[in-house]
Amino acid sequence: MSIRNLLGQTSEWLRGTGPNADIVMSSRIRLARNLDALAFSHWASKRQEREVLTRSEAAFAASKILKGSILIHMNDISDLDKQFLLERHLVSREQIVRPEFKAVAISDREMISIMVNEEDHLRSQVMQSGFALQEGWRIANQLDNELSVTLPFAFDPHWGYLTACPTNTGTGMRASVMLHLPALVMTKQVNRVIQAITKLGMVVRGLYGEGTDAEGNLFQVSNQITLGQSEPETIDHIERIIRQIIGHEENARKQLIKQNRELLYDKIWRALGVLKNAYIITSKETIHHLSMVRLGADLGVLPEFGRKDVNELFILTQPAHLQRMDGKLLSQSERDIKRALLIRQKLGGN
Amino acid sequence: MLCDECSKHKATVHLTEIINDQVTKLNLCESCAKKRGTQMEQHFGIADLLQGLADQDKPKASTAVQKVKCAACGMTFDEFKKIGRLRCARCYETFKTSLVPLLKRIHSANEHAGKTPPGQPEKPPAAPTAPPPPPRPATKSAPVNLDELKVRLKKAVDQERYEEAVALRDEIRRLESRKKPAA
Repeated sequence: MSIRNLLGQTSEWLRGTGPNADIVMSSRIRLARNLDALAFSHWASKRQEREVLTRSEAAFAASKILKGSILIHMNDISDLDKQFLLERHLVSREQIVRPEFKAVAISDREMISIMVNEEDHLRSQVMQSGFALQEGWRIANQLDNELSVTLPFAFDPHWGYLTACPTNTGTGMRASVMLHLPALVMTKQVNRVIQAITKLGMVVRGLYGEGTDAEGNLFQVSNQITLGQSEPETIDHIERIIRQIIGHEENARKQLIKQNRELLYDKIWRALGVLKNAYIITSKETIHHLSMVRLGADLGVLPEFGRKDVNELFILTQPAHLQRMDGKLLSQSERDIKRALLIRQKLGGN
Repeated sequence: MLCDECSKHKATVHLTEIINDQVTKLNLCESCAKKRGTQMEQHFGIADLLQGLADQDKPKASTAVQKVKCAACGMTFDEFKKIGRLRCARCYETFKTSLVPLLKRIHSANEHAGKTPPGQPEKPPAAPTAPPPPPRPATKSAPVNLDELKVRLKKAVDQERYEEAVALRDEIRRLESRKKPAA
């Protein structure tokens, strides 16, 4: 498998299956780890960065869990490909700047990815479709145990895993879910929900993480605290909160159908109408309408569309994906035309 | 969302500070954030917040503490406050006095409760009384064969017996480091 093959496959987290997949688009577990006795990434000398990379590569090659995975050196790929990996949530923004000695290992079906020499030496993530944090932790923990054999991680019995930023010290774990909350947004309840979960030690972000807007009614919720709680406790805490949000979103959907059926159907069908007929469309407008079509598919209003196809369009219509599909760089206006064409093709439009 | 300061432009910088369940949120547009003398870097917010949090402990920390340098990387606590990132794992020990209250503020806790890497003792030994010796893969009487240990290490990893694998890894490392000076 190579980076070229990724375009033709559906990422594990976009499959649209798994528990509560109508509201929880995906679940992710991320672990931050550093190799003992080497300076953290921002301060490491070139020699140390190379050492981290070489030792990590050897550990990945020996890993059973990572069998069949690919390793991509960030220095070897184009800016477009870097952006492509970012859009697929396989690397972070930090990973695509200053690419020397940075790499990412990507498992089969993109369920696991491990960034090397990011803010911490290793940032591994397990990403799955639906509400599956416990399963994600089981896999992440197994991988972490396996890597611990060959890579001695910086660890203190009192403070746990030592990370570059003290906000990750302890478990180094960030458990997050991507929620699709169109009904809570439409009924103007979402801000109250966000305020409440922020008070409970959670962080809320948009589709592309830190500093991004919650476009397409997509909200990423993750734990803030990494010290003083075990990993299963943290997961249990976030799960309890998410279950409540799921309940609120379900109620809001029921309310909308009961009290505002025409308004709801109008939004869904208009969104589909735009997507099926537009010849020029921006990424922002696409995400906005796709959210409504996804809701329509989930409510059975648009039974002809599968959740997986709609989920995929959120990513396939991103700039680097469009350019990769076309095999060349496109200007913004060219992309808007190409995007509209792709959507019409995928949704059976005009 | 509009900027909390000017109420004119779209807020693109969002700060959330949580101290003992008290949430303070600040949403700024780019120009107001710049006006406040803040850095629009990728990690905007974190360094800023950490500095603010660490500064609250200032009266307790003597200037001597602020000047202490990490023996491994040379970082001072003042530098850490500016950047919000530590340089190496040893910094945690070096700046322990200042980090304890800071970590407490961030996490409302000071003691790790999560997993321990396989092969490490679950809890630090409470008393100097002899902790149980780590499992030794080879006995003294048996001749130690490095290749054999490596085979056993691979087997342990394959069978997901990580505790044993780590003990074997350490033994291999110990033997290899013994061999090195002679080479």
